[in-house]
Amino acid sequence: MRVELKEKFIEKILLLIAFSSISILALIAFFIFGEGLPLIWKIGPKSFLLGQRWVPSQGSFGILPMIVGSFWVTFGALLLGIPLGLACSVFLSEWTPPWAGMILRSGIQVLAGIPSVIYGFWGLIVLVPLVRNFLGGPGLSILSGSLILSIMILPTIISISEDSIKALPPSYKAGALALGATHWETIWRVLIPAARSGIVASIILGMGRALGETMAMIMILGNAVKMPSSFLDSARTLTTNIGIEMGYAIGDHRQALFATGVVLFLIIMLLNSLALVLSRRRTA
Amino acid sequence: MHIKASHLLCFLLLLPFLLTVGCHRSKADITVAGSTSVEPFAELLAEEYMHHRPRSHIYVQGGGSTAGIQAVRTGAAHIGMSSRHLISKEQDLYSVIIAQDAIAIIVNPNNPVRDLTLVQVREIYSGKIRNWKEVGGKERPIILVTREEGSGTREAFQKMVMGKEEIALEALVQDSNGAIRQVVTGDPYAIGYISLGIVNERVRALKISGVEPALENIQTGRYQLVRPFLFVMREEPSGEAKAFLDFVMSPEAQRLLSTEGLIPMISKSSGG
Repeated sequence: MRVELKEKFIEKILLLIAFSSISILALIAFFIFGEGLPLIWKIGPKSFLLGQRWVPSQGSFGILPMIVGSFWVTFGALLLGIPLGLACSVFLSEWTPPWAGMILRSGIQVLAGIPSVIYGFWGLIVLVPLVRNFLGGPGLSILSGSLILSIMILPTIISISEDSIKALPPSYKAGALALGATHWETIWRVLIPAARSGIVASIILGMGRALGETMAMIMILGNAVKMPSSFLDSARTLTTNIGIEMGYAIGDHRQALFATGVVLFLIIMLLNSLALVLSRRRTA
Repeated sequence: MHIKASHLLCFLLLLPFLLTVGCHRSKADITVAGSTSVEPFAELLAEEYMHHRPRSHIYVQGGGSTAGIQAVRTGAAHIGMSSRHLISKEQDLYSVIIAQDAIAIIVNPNNPVRDLTLVQVREIYSGKIRNWKEVGGKERPIILVTREEGSGTREAFQKMVMGKEEIALEALVQDSNGAIRQVVTGDPYAIGYISLGIVNERVRALKISGVEPALENIQTGRYQLVRPFLFVMREEPSGEAKAFLDFVMSPEAQRLLSTEGLIPMISKSSGG
Protein backbone atom coordinates (compact mmCIF):
# COMPACT_ATOMS: atom_id res chain seq x y z
CA MET A 1 0.00 0.00 0.00
CA ARG A 2 2.69 2.45 0.97
CA VAL A 3 4.80 1.45 -1.98
CA GLU A 4 1.86 2.13 -4.22
CA LEU A 5 1.43 5.58 -2.71
CA LYS A 6 5.07 6.33 -3.27
CA GLU A 7 4.78 5.21 -6.89
CA LYS A 8 1.80 7.48 -7.39
CA PHE A 9 3.68 10.37 -5.83
CA ILE A 10 6.71 9.90 -8.09
CA GLU A 11 4.43 9.64 -11.08
CA LYS A 12 2.76 12.96 -10.25
CA ILE A 13 6.07 14.68 -9.65
CA LEU A 14 7.36 13.52 -13.03
CA LEU A 15 4.15 14.66 -14.67
CA LEU A 16 4.58 18.07 -13.09
CA ILE A 17 8.15 18.35 -14.32
CA ALA A 18 7.19 17.19 -17.79
CA PHE A 19 4.44 19.76 -18.03
CA SER A 20 6.58 22.57 -16.68
CA SER A 21 9.03 22.09 -19.53
CA ILE A 22 6.18 22.31 -22.01
CA SER A 23 4.73 25.32 -20.24
CA ILE A 24 7.99 27.16 -20.93
CA LEU A 25 7.20 26.73 -24.61
CA ALA A 26 3.73 28.10 -23.99
CA LEU A 27 5.18 31.04 -22.07
CA ILE A 28 7.64 31.84 -24.84
CA ALA A 29 4.99 31.59 -27.52
CA PHE A 30 2.60 33.69 -25.48
CA PHE A 31 5.21 36.38 -24.95
CA ILE A 32 6.50 36.51 -28.52
CA PHE A 33 3.02 36.65 -29.99
CA GLY A 34 1.86 39.15 -27.38
CA GLU A 35 4.73 41.50 -28.21
CA GLY A 36 4.86 40.92 -31.95
CA LEU A 37 1.29 40.64 -33.16
CA PRO A 38 0.18 44.20 -32.27
CA LEU A 39 2.86 45.62 -34.56
CA ILE A 40 1.99 43.26 -37.43
CA TRP A 41 -1.59 44.35 -36.93
CA LYS A 42 -0.65 48.01 -36.79
CA ILE A 43 1.28 48.15 -40.05
CA GLY A 44 -0.69 45.39 -41.76
CA PRO A 45 0.40 41.77 -42.32
CA LYS A 46 0.88 42.39 -46.02
CA SER A 47 3.22 45.36 -45.73
CA PHE A 48 5.10 43.60 -42.93
CA LEU A 49 5.63 40.34 -44.78
CA LEU A 50 6.01 41.73 -48.30
CA GLY A 51 7.55 45.13 -47.56
CA GLN A 52 11.06 45.47 -48.96
CA ARG A 53 12.25 48.38 -46.82
CA TRP A 54 13.51 47.83 -43.30
CA VAL A 55 14.36 51.25 -41.86
CA PRO A 56 13.06 51.20 -38.26
CA SER A 57 14.15 54.80 -37.59
CA GLN A 58 11.71 55.92 -40.27
CA GLY A 59 9.00 53.47 -39.33
CA SER A 60 9.49 51.13 -42.30
CA PHE A 61 9.20 47.53 -41.21
CA GLY A 62 9.26 45.26 -44.25
CA ILE A 63 10.86 41.88 -43.65
CA LEU A 64 10.70 40.38 -47.13
CA PRO A 65 14.49 40.78 -47.61
CA MET A 66 15.02 38.78 -44.42
CA ILE A 67 12.55 36.05 -45.41
CA VAL A 68 14.21 35.78 -48.81
CA GLY A 69 17.66 35.90 -47.17
CA SER A 70 16.74 33.09 -44.79
CA PHE A 71 15.55 30.91 -47.64
CA TRP A 72 18.56 31.61 -49.87
CA VAL A 73 20.99 30.70 -47.13
CA THR A 74 19.01 27.61 -46.12
CA PHE A 75 18.58 26.50 -49.72
CA GLY A 76 22.31 26.88 -50.32
CA ALA A 77 23.10 24.91 -47.18
CA LEU A 78 20.75 22.09 -48.24
CA LEU A 79 22.17 22.05 -51.78
CA LEU A 80 25.60 21.29 -50.33
CA GLY A 81 24.54 19.44 -47.20
CA ILE A 82 22.08 16.89 -48.61
CA PRO A 83 24.38 15.04 -51.05
CA LEU A 84 27.23 15.10 -48.54
CA GLY A 85 25.06 13.99 -45.63
CA LEU A 86 23.22 11.32 -47.56
CA ALA A 87 26.44 9.87 -48.98
CA CYS A 88 27.92 9.80 -45.51
CA SER A 89 24.89 8.08 -43.98
CA VAL A 90 24.76 5.44 -46.75
CA PHE A 91 28.46 4.76 -46.31
CA LEU A 92 28.04 4.54 -42.55
CA SER A 93 25.10 2.14 -42.69
CA GLU A 94 26.24 -0.05 -45.56
CA TRP A 95 29.96 -0.09 -46.18
CA THR A 96 31.87 1.10 -43.21
CA PRO A 97 34.37 -1.22 -41.60
CA PRO A 98 33.99 -0.94 -37.80
CA TRP A 99 37.15 1.11 -37.27
CA ALA A 100 36.18 3.69 -39.89
CA GLY A 101 32.67 3.84 -38.49
CA MET A 102 34.02 4.67 -35.09
CA ILE A 103 36.18 7.50 -36.41
CA LEU A 104 33.37 8.86 -38.60
CA ARG A 105 30.70 8.71 -35.89
CA SER A 106 32.82 10.36 -33.25
CA GLY A 107 33.86 12.96 -35.81
CA ILE A 108 30.22 13.73 -36.53
CA GLN A 109 29.51 13.98 -32.83
CA VAL A 110 32.30 16.51 -32.46
CA LEU A 111 30.89 18.40 -35.43
CA ALA A 112 27.53 18.57 -33.68
CA GLY A 113 29.16 19.73 -30.46
CA ILE A 114 31.19 22.65 -31.81
CA PRO A 115 29.58 25.92 -30.66
CA SER A 116 28.20 27.99 -33.51
CA VAL A 117 30.34 30.98 -32.60
CA ILE A 118 33.41 28.85 -33.42
CA TYR A 119 31.97 28.00 -36.84
CA GLY A 120 31.27 31.69 -37.33
CA PHE A 121 34.73 32.78 -36.29
CA TRP A 122 36.40 30.18 -38.47
CA GLY A 123 34.21 31.19 -41.37
CA LEU A 124 35.02 34.86 -40.87
CA ILE A 125 38.76 34.34 -40.67
CA VAL A 126 39.24 31.54 -43.24
CA LEU A 127 36.27 31.22 -45.56
CA VAL A 128 35.27 34.86 -46.05
CA PRO A 129 38.70 36.01 -47.33
CA LEU A 130 38.80 32.99 -49.69
CA VAL A 131 35.41 33.87 -51.18
CA ARG A 132 36.36 37.54 -51.42
CA ASN A 133 39.70 36.87 -53.12
CA PHE A 134 38.56 34.19 -55.57
CA LEU A 135 35.00 35.18 -56.38
CA GLY A 136 34.83 38.88 -55.55
CA GLY A 137 32.27 40.86 -53.60
CA PRO A 138 32.59 41.53 -49.89
CA GLY A 139 33.13 37.86 -49.01
CA LEU A 140 30.57 38.28 -46.24
CA SER A 141 27.95 36.59 -48.38
CA ILE A 142 25.22 34.02 -48.80
CA LEU A 143 27.78 31.63 -50.29
CA SER A 144 30.02 31.78 -47.21
CA GLY A 145 27.00 31.44 -44.94
CA SER A 146 25.64 28.46 -46.86
CA LEU A 147 29.01 26.71 -46.79
CA ILE A 148 29.25 27.04 -43.02
CA LEU A 149 25.61 26.08 -42.51
CA SER A 150 25.96 23.00 -44.70
CA ILE A 151 28.64 21.74 -42.31
CA MET A 152 26.50 22.63 -39.31
CA ILE A 153 23.49 20.66 -40.53
CA LEU A 154 25.50 17.57 -41.51
CA PRO A 155 25.24 15.84 -38.10
CA THR A 156 21.43 16.14 -38.14
CA ILE A 157 21.09 14.78 -41.68
CA ILE A 158 23.65 12.02 -41.25
CA SER A 159 22.51 10.59 -37.94
CA ILE A 160 18.78 10.53 -38.69
CA SER A 161 19.23 9.21 -42.23
CA GLU A 162 21.60 6.53 -41.03
CA ASP A 163 19.13 5.46 -38.36
CA SER A 164 16.29 5.25 -40.84
CA ILE A 165 18.34 3.16 -43.30
CA LYS A 166 19.46 0.87 -40.49
CA ALA A 167 15.89 0.49 -39.24
CA LEU A 168 14.75 -1.11 -42.50
CA PRO A 169 13.90 -4.82 -42.26
CA PRO A 170 16.94 -6.90 -43.29
CA SER A 171 14.70 -8.79 -45.73
CA TYR A 172 14.63 -5.77 -48.09
CA LYS A 173 18.34 -5.95 -48.62
CA ALA A 174 18.46 -9.74 -48.68
CA GLY A 175 15.63 -9.86 -51.19
CA ALA A 176 17.22 -7.34 -53.51
CA LEU A 177 20.57 -9.08 -53.40
CA ALA A 178 18.91 -12.47 -53.97
CA LEU A 179 17.27 -11.08 -57.10
CA GLY A 180 20.74 -10.40 -58.44
CA ALA A 181 20.99 -6.68 -57.77
CA THR A 182 24.45 -5.33 -56.98
CA HIS A 183 25.10 -3.69 -53.62
CA TRP A 184 24.90 -0.22 -55.16
CA GLU A 185 21.65 -1.05 -56.99
CA THR A 186 20.22 -2.34 -53.74
CA ILE A 187 21.10 0.92 -51.99
CA TRP A 188 19.93 3.22 -54.76
CA ARG A 189 16.79 1.38 -55.86
CA VAL A 190 15.63 -0.31 -52.66
CA LEU A 191 17.11 1.02 -49.42
CA ILE A 192 17.04 4.78 -50.07
CA PRO A 193 13.50 4.76 -51.49
CA ALA A 194 12.33 2.61 -48.57
CA ALA A 195 13.94 4.94 -46.03
CA ARG A 196 12.73 7.98 -47.92
CA SER A 197 10.42 9.38 -45.26
CA GLY A 198 13.13 9.23 -42.59
CA ILE A 199 15.62 10.85 -44.92
CA VAL A 200 13.16 13.61 -45.79
CA ALA A 201 12.49 14.14 -42.10
CA SER A 202 16.23 14.47 -41.47
CA ILE A 203 16.47 17.06 -44.23
CA ILE A 204 13.58 19.03 -42.80
CA LEU A 205 15.12 19.00 -39.35
CA GLY A 206 18.40 20.12 -40.87
CA MET A 207 16.49 22.88 -42.59
CA GLY A 208 15.07 23.96 -39.25
CA ARG A 209 18.56 24.04 -37.81
CA ALA A 210 19.76 26.15 -40.73
CA LEU A 211 16.86 28.59 -40.46
CA GLY A 212 17.44 28.99 -36.75
CA GLU A 213 21.19 29.53 -36.76
CA THR A 214 22.06 33.03 -35.57
CA MET A 215 25.51 33.66 -34.16
CA ALA A 216 27.52 32.21 -37.02
CA MET A 217 25.29 33.97 -39.54
CA ILE A 218 25.68 37.38 -37.87
CA MET A 219 29.42 36.96 -38.24
CA ILE A 220 29.43 35.71 -41.84
CA LEU A 221 26.47 37.11 -43.78
CA GLY A 222 27.30 40.82 -43.54
CA ASN A 223 23.71 41.59 -42.49
CA ALA A 224 22.81 44.04 -45.28
CA VAL A 225 19.05 44.64 -45.48
CA LYS A 226 18.90 44.69 -49.25
CA MET A 227 17.11 42.00 -51.25
CA PRO A 228 19.93 39.62 -52.29
CA SER A 229 20.36 39.07 -56.01
CA SER A 230 23.31 36.65 -56.11
CA PHE A 231 25.06 34.12 -53.91
CA LEU A 232 27.91 36.60 -53.51
CA ASP A 233 25.64 39.26 -52.01
CA SER A 234 25.41 39.98 -48.33
CA ALA A 235 22.07 39.09 -46.75
CA ARG A 236 20.21 39.18 -43.49
CA THR A 237 18.14 36.30 -42.13
CA LEU A 238 15.15 36.48 -39.79
CA THR A 239 17.26 35.32 -36.86
CA THR A 240 20.16 37.68 -37.45
CA ASN A 241 17.74 40.58 -37.81
CA ILE A 242 16.71 39.98 -34.22
CA GLY A 243 20.21 39.21 -33.03
CA ILE A 244 21.91 42.25 -34.49
CA GLU A 245 19.34 44.88 -33.61
CA MET A 246 17.91 43.80 -30.26
CA GLY A 247 20.58 45.65 -28.28
CA TYR A 248 19.23 49.09 -29.05
CA ALA A 249 15.66 48.49 -30.13
CA ILE A 250 12.88 50.27 -28.28
CA GLY A 251 9.19 50.91 -28.96
CA ASP A 252 7.93 49.86 -32.37
CA HIS A 253 11.39 48.74 -33.40
CA ARG A 254 11.52 46.30 -30.50
CA GLN A 255 8.04 45.02 -31.28
CA ALA A 256 9.02 44.60 -34.92
CA LEU A 257 11.84 42.32 -33.82
CA PHE A 258 9.36 40.24 -31.84
CA ALA A 259 7.14 40.20 -34.91
CA THR A 260 10.13 38.86 -36.85
CA GLY A 261 10.27 36.20 -34.16
CA VAL A 262 6.60 35.39 -34.74
CA VAL A 263 7.26 34.72 -38.43
CA LEU A 264 10.30 32.60 -37.58
CA PHE A 265 8.36 30.72 -34.93
CA LEU A 266 5.58 29.87 -37.39
CA ILE A 267 8.02 28.70 -40.06
CA ILE A 268 9.91 26.49 -37.60
CA MET A 269 6.66 25.06 -36.19
CA LEU A 270 5.53 24.24 -39.71
CA LEU A 271 8.80 22.49 -40.53
CA ASN A 272 8.83 20.52 -37.29
CA SER A 273 5.27 19.30 -37.70
CA LEU A 274 6.07 18.34 -41.27
CA ALA A 275 9.04 16.32 -40.05
CA LEU A 276 6.86 14.74 -37.36
CA VAL A 277 4.15 13.74 -39.85
CA LEU A 278 6.72 12.26 -42.20
CA SER A 279 8.47 10.22 -39.54
CA ARG A 280 5.09 9.00 -38.26
CA ARG A 281 4.29 7.71 -41.71
CA ARG A 282 7.50 5.74 -41.68
CA THR A 283 6.65 3.83 -38.52
CA ALA A 284 3.04 3.29 -39.51
CA MET B 1 -1.64 20.59 -11.89
CA HIS B 2 -1.16 23.20 -14.55
CA ILE B 3 -1.53 26.10 -12.21
CA LYS B 4 0.95 24.67 -9.77
CA ALA B 5 3.41 24.02 -12.54
CA SER B 6 3.22 27.58 -13.74
CA HIS B 7 3.66 28.92 -10.21
CA LEU B 8 6.73 26.82 -9.74
CA LEU B 9 7.95 27.93 -13.13
CA CYS B 10 7.50 31.61 -12.37
CA PHE B 11 9.40 31.16 -9.17
CA LEU B 12 12.23 29.35 -10.90
CA LEU B 13 12.39 31.97 -13.61
CA LEU B 14 12.48 34.78 -11.10
CA LEU B 15 14.98 33.11 -8.80
CA PRO B 16 18.17 34.32 -10.53
CA PHE B 17 16.89 37.91 -10.48
CA LEU B 18 16.02 37.73 -6.80
CA LEU B 19 19.46 36.36 -6.10
CA THR B 20 21.22 39.03 -8.15
CA VAL B 21 19.36 41.79 -6.43
CA GLY B 22 20.21 40.25 -3.09
CA CYS B 23 23.91 39.93 -3.75
CA HIS B 24 24.92 42.92 -5.75
CA ARG B 25 23.11 45.93 -4.45
CA SER B 26 25.06 46.96 -1.44
CA LYS B 27 25.20 50.69 -0.78
CA ALA B 28 28.62 51.35 -2.24
CA ASP B 29 27.77 49.69 -5.56
CA ILE B 30 27.13 51.69 -8.68
CA THR B 31 25.69 50.28 -11.88
CA VAL B 32 26.63 52.05 -15.08
CA ALA B 33 24.82 51.01 -18.24
CA GLY B 34 24.32 52.27 -21.77
CA SER B 35 26.21 53.12 -24.94
CA THR B 36 28.60 50.45 -26.12
CA SER B 37 30.82 53.25 -27.44
CA VAL B 38 31.28 54.68 -23.96
CA GLU B 39 31.42 51.26 -22.28
CA PRO B 40 35.15 50.46 -22.77
CA PHE B 41 36.12 53.88 -21.41
CA ALA B 42 33.75 53.63 -18.48
CA GLU B 43 35.21 50.22 -17.70
CA LEU B 44 38.67 51.70 -17.69
CA LEU B 45 37.56 54.52 -15.39
CA ALA B 46 35.77 52.10 -13.09
CA GLU B 47 38.87 49.94 -12.84
CA GLU B 48 41.01 52.94 -11.97
CA TYR B 49 38.46 54.20 -9.46
CA MET B 50 38.16 50.83 -7.74
CA HIS B 51 41.94 50.66 -7.60
CA HIS B 52 41.84 53.82 -5.48
CA ARG B 53 38.84 52.71 -3.46
CA PRO B 54 38.93 48.95 -3.02
CA ARG B 55 35.64 48.97 -1.10
CA SER B 56 33.47 50.29 -3.90
CA HIS B 57 32.22 48.38 -6.87
CA ILE B 58 31.29 49.88 -10.20
CA TYR B 59 29.47 47.57 -12.57
CA VAL B 60 29.65 48.61 -16.20
CA GLN B 61 27.41 47.09 -18.84
CA GLY B 62 26.43 47.88 -22.43
CA GLY B 63 22.99 47.91 -23.98
CA GLY B 64 23.03 51.13 -25.98
CA SER B 65 22.48 54.81 -25.27
CA THR B 66 18.70 54.68 -25.31
CA ALA B 67 18.52 51.55 -23.18
CA GLY B 68 20.97 53.10 -20.71
CA ILE B 69 18.88 56.26 -20.36
CA GLN B 70 15.80 54.09 -19.96
CA ALA B 71 17.57 52.07 -17.27
CA VAL B 72 18.33 55.26 -15.34
CA ARG B 73 14.72 56.27 -15.51
CA THR B 74 13.48 52.93 -14.20
CA GLY B 75 16.22 52.80 -11.57
CA ALA B 76 17.86 49.68 -13.00
CA ALA B 77 21.10 51.64 -13.37
CA HIS B 78 22.51 54.54 -11.34
CA ILE B 79 24.34 56.10 -14.23
CA GLY B 80 23.46 55.87 -17.90
CA MET B 81 26.06 56.22 -20.63
CA SER B 82 25.00 58.01 -23.78
CA SER B 83 26.92 58.74 -26.95
CA ARG B 84 24.40 61.33 -28.11
CA HIS B 85 22.74 64.43 -26.67
CA LEU B 86 19.52 63.90 -24.77
CA ILE B 87 16.41 64.26 -26.90
CA SER B 88 13.63 66.58 -25.80
CA LYS B 89 11.66 64.03 -23.82
CA GLU B 90 14.79 63.02 -21.91
CA GLN B 91 15.64 66.59 -20.87
CA ASP B 92 14.30 66.11 -17.33
CA LEU B 93 17.30 63.92 -16.52
CA TYR B 94 20.59 65.23 -15.18
CA SER B 95 23.48 64.84 -17.59
CA VAL B 96 27.19 65.62 -17.67
CA ILE B 97 29.45 65.54 -20.72
CA ILE B 98 32.42 63.48 -19.55
CA ALA B 99 34.41 63.67 -22.77
CA GLN B 100 34.02 64.05 -26.48
CA ASP B 101 34.65 61.44 -29.10
CA ALA B 102 35.50 61.86 -32.74
CA ILE B 103 34.15 59.53 -35.38
CA ALA B 104 36.82 58.42 -37.80
CA ILE B 105 36.11 57.30 -41.35
CA ILE B 106 38.33 54.27 -41.81
CA VAL B 107 39.68 52.31 -44.76
CA ASN B 108 42.15 49.47 -45.19
CA PRO B 109 45.81 50.62 -45.02
CA ASN B 110 46.33 49.17 -48.52
CA ASN B 111 43.75 51.54 -49.95
CA PRO B 112 45.57 54.45 -51.64
CA VAL B 113 42.76 56.89 -50.74
CA ARG B 114 43.85 59.13 -47.84
CA ASP B 115 41.48 62.04 -47.94
CA LEU B 116 37.79 62.56 -48.69
CA THR B 117 35.48 65.51 -48.40
CA LEU B 118 32.40 65.25 -46.23
CA VAL B 119 30.28 65.40 -49.39
CA GLN B 120 32.20 62.48 -50.88
CA VAL B 121 31.67 60.42 -47.73
CA ARG B 122 27.96 61.22 -47.89
CA GLU B 123 27.73 60.25 -51.55
CA ILE B 124 29.67 57.04 -50.93
CA TYR B 125 27.33 56.05 -48.11
CA SER B 126 24.17 57.02 -49.96
CA GLY B 127 25.29 54.85 -52.89
CA LYS B 128 25.87 57.66 -55.41
CA ILE B 129 29.61 56.99 -55.57
CA ARG B 130 30.09 53.26 -55.98
CA ASN B 131 33.66 52.88 -57.19
CA TRP B 132 36.93 53.89 -55.53
CA LYS B 133 38.09 55.20 -58.93
CA GLU B 134 35.68 58.13 -58.58
CA VAL B 135 37.48 59.38 -55.48
CA GLY B 136 41.05 58.72 -56.65
CA GLY B 137 41.40 55.07 -55.73
CA LYS B 138 41.61 51.80 -57.62
CA GLU B 139 38.98 50.59 -60.06
CA ARG B 140 37.11 48.52 -57.48
CA PRO B 141 33.59 48.67 -56.05
CA ILE B 142 33.31 50.28 -52.62
CA ILE B 143 32.19 47.97 -49.83
CA LEU B 144 30.15 50.00 -47.35
CA VAL B 145 30.13 48.99 -43.71
CA THR B 146 27.72 50.60 -41.27
CA ARG B 147 26.36 50.10 -37.76
CA GLU B 148 22.94 48.64 -37.03
CA GLU B 149 19.78 50.67 -36.59
CA GLY B 150 19.54 52.17 -33.11
CA SER B 151 23.30 52.44 -32.55
CA GLY B 152 24.42 55.80 -31.13
CA THR B 153 27.41 55.86 -33.47
CA ARG B 154 25.12 55.34 -36.44
CA GLU B 155 22.79 58.10 -35.24
CA ALA B 156 25.74 60.46 -34.85
CA PHE B 157 27.06 59.53 -38.32
CA GLN B 158 23.60 59.95 -39.82
CA LYS B 159 23.25 63.40 -38.29
CA MET B 160 26.75 64.74 -38.88
CA VAL B 161 27.54 63.20 -42.27
CA MET B 162 24.41 62.01 -44.00
CA GLY B 163 21.94 64.72 -43.00
CA LYS B 164 18.73 63.94 -44.85
CA GLU B 165 20.35 61.33 -47.12
CA GLU B 166 19.81 57.68 -46.32
CA ILE B 167 22.56 55.11 -45.84
CA ALA B 168 22.34 52.70 -48.80
CA LEU B 169 20.55 49.46 -48.02
CA GLU B 170 23.30 47.32 -49.52
CA ALA B 171 25.71 48.46 -46.80
CA LEU B 172 27.05 45.64 -44.65
CA VAL B 173 25.82 45.96 -41.09
CA GLN B 174 28.01 45.12 -38.09
CA ASP B 175 26.98 45.47 -34.49
CA SER B 176 30.06 46.98 -32.86
CA ASN B 177 33.01 49.30 -33.51
CA GLY B 178 35.28 46.28 -33.26
CA ALA B 179 33.34 44.27 -35.82
CA ILE B 180 33.50 47.14 -38.32
CA ARG B 181 37.23 47.45 -37.75
CA GLN B 182 37.55 43.69 -38.32
CA VAL B 183 35.77 43.87 -41.68
CA VAL B 184 37.82 46.88 -42.83
CA THR B 185 41.02 45.17 -41.67
CA GLY B 186 40.20 42.19 -43.87
CA ASP B 187 38.81 43.92 -46.93
CA PRO B 188 41.07 46.30 -48.90
CA TYR B 189 38.05 47.97 -50.51
CA ALA B 190 35.82 48.49 -47.48
CA ILE B 191 34.99 51.76 -45.77
CA GLY B 192 33.58 52.12 -42.28
CA TYR B 193 33.15 54.57 -39.42
CA ILE B 194 34.16 53.98 -35.81
CA SER B 195 35.14 55.86 -32.65
CA LEU B 196 38.55 57.48 -33.05
CA GLY B 197 39.61 55.78 -29.81
CA ILE B 198 39.11 52.35 -31.42
CA VAL B 199 41.27 53.10 -34.49
CA ASN B 200 44.46 51.05 -34.51
CA GLU B 201 47.36 50.46 -36.90
CA ARG B 202 45.41 47.85 -38.92
CA VAL B 203 43.05 50.46 -40.35
CA ARG B 204 43.61 54.00 -41.61
CA ALA B 205 41.55 56.96 -40.42
CA LEU B 206 40.90 59.23 -43.42
CA LYS B 207 41.45 62.98 -43.44
CA ILE B 208 38.28 64.93 -44.04
CA SER B 209 38.97 67.75 -46.53
CA GLY B 210 42.64 67.58 -45.55
CA VAL B 211 42.01 67.68 -41.80
CA GLU B 212 43.52 64.82 -39.83
CA PRO B 213 41.31 63.41 -37.04
CA ALA B 214 43.86 64.41 -34.39
CA LEU B 215 43.42 65.89 -30.93
CA GLU B 216 44.49 69.46 -31.79
CA ASN B 217 42.25 69.57 -34.87
CA ILE B 218 39.30 68.36 -32.82
CA GLN B 219 39.91 70.87 -30.03
CA THR B 220 40.24 73.75 -32.45
CA GLY B 221 37.04 72.58 -34.12
CA ARG B 222 38.63 71.94 -37.51
CA TYR B 223 37.73 68.24 -37.45
CA GLN B 224 33.98 68.30 -37.08
CA LEU B 225 32.82 64.70 -36.73
CA VAL B 226 32.65 64.96 -32.96
CA ARG B 227 29.98 63.78 -30.54
CA PRO B 228 29.60 64.00 -26.77
CA PHE B 229 29.88 61.16 -24.30
CA LEU B 230 27.37 61.71 -21.51
CA PHE B 231 26.77 60.34 -18.07
CA VAL B 232 23.05 60.53 -17.33
CA MET B 233 21.46 60.40 -13.90
CA ARG B 234 17.97 60.79 -12.55
CA GLU B 235 18.93 63.81 -10.48
CA GLU B 236 22.04 65.58 -9.31
CA PRO B 237 24.10 62.74 -7.86
CA SER B 238 25.08 62.29 -4.25
CA GLY B 239 27.12 59.78 -2.30
CA GLU B 240 28.95 57.11 -4.23
CA ALA B 241 27.65 58.17 -7.64
CA LYS B 242 28.89 61.72 -7.01
CA ALA B 243 32.26 60.43 -5.88
CA PHE B 244 32.60 58.43 -9.09
CA LEU B 245 31.48 61.34 -11.24
CA ASP B 246 33.95 63.66 -9.47
CA PHE B 247 36.67 61.14 -10.16
CA VAL B 248 35.68 60.93 -13.85
CA MET B 249 35.89 64.72 -14.18
CA SER B 250 39.21 64.91 -12.29
CA PRO B 251 42.35 65.89 -14.25
CA GLU B 252 43.81 62.43 -13.65
CA ALA B 253 40.83 60.57 -15.14
CA GLN B 254 40.51 63.05 -18.00
CA ARG B 255 44.20 62.51 -18.81
CA LEU B 256 43.52 58.79 -18.88
CA LEU B 257 40.64 59.32 -21.33
CA SER B 258 42.77 61.46 -23.59
CA THR B 259 45.50 58.82 -23.77
CA GLU B 260 42.75 56.45 -24.89
CA GLY B 261 41.89 58.73 -27.78
CA LEU B 262 39.01 60.76 -26.37
CA ILE B 263 38.89 64.54 -26.16
CA PRO B 264 39.01 65.54 -22.50
CA MET B 265 36.74 68.22 -21.03
CA ILE B 266 39.48 69.93 -18.99
CA SER B 267 40.78 72.46 -21.48
CA LYS B 268 37.28 73.60 -22.25
CA SER B 269 36.25 74.26 -18.66
CA SER B 270 39.55 75.92 -17.67
CA GLY B 271 39.55 77.99 -20.85
CA GLY B 272 36.19 79.50 -20.16
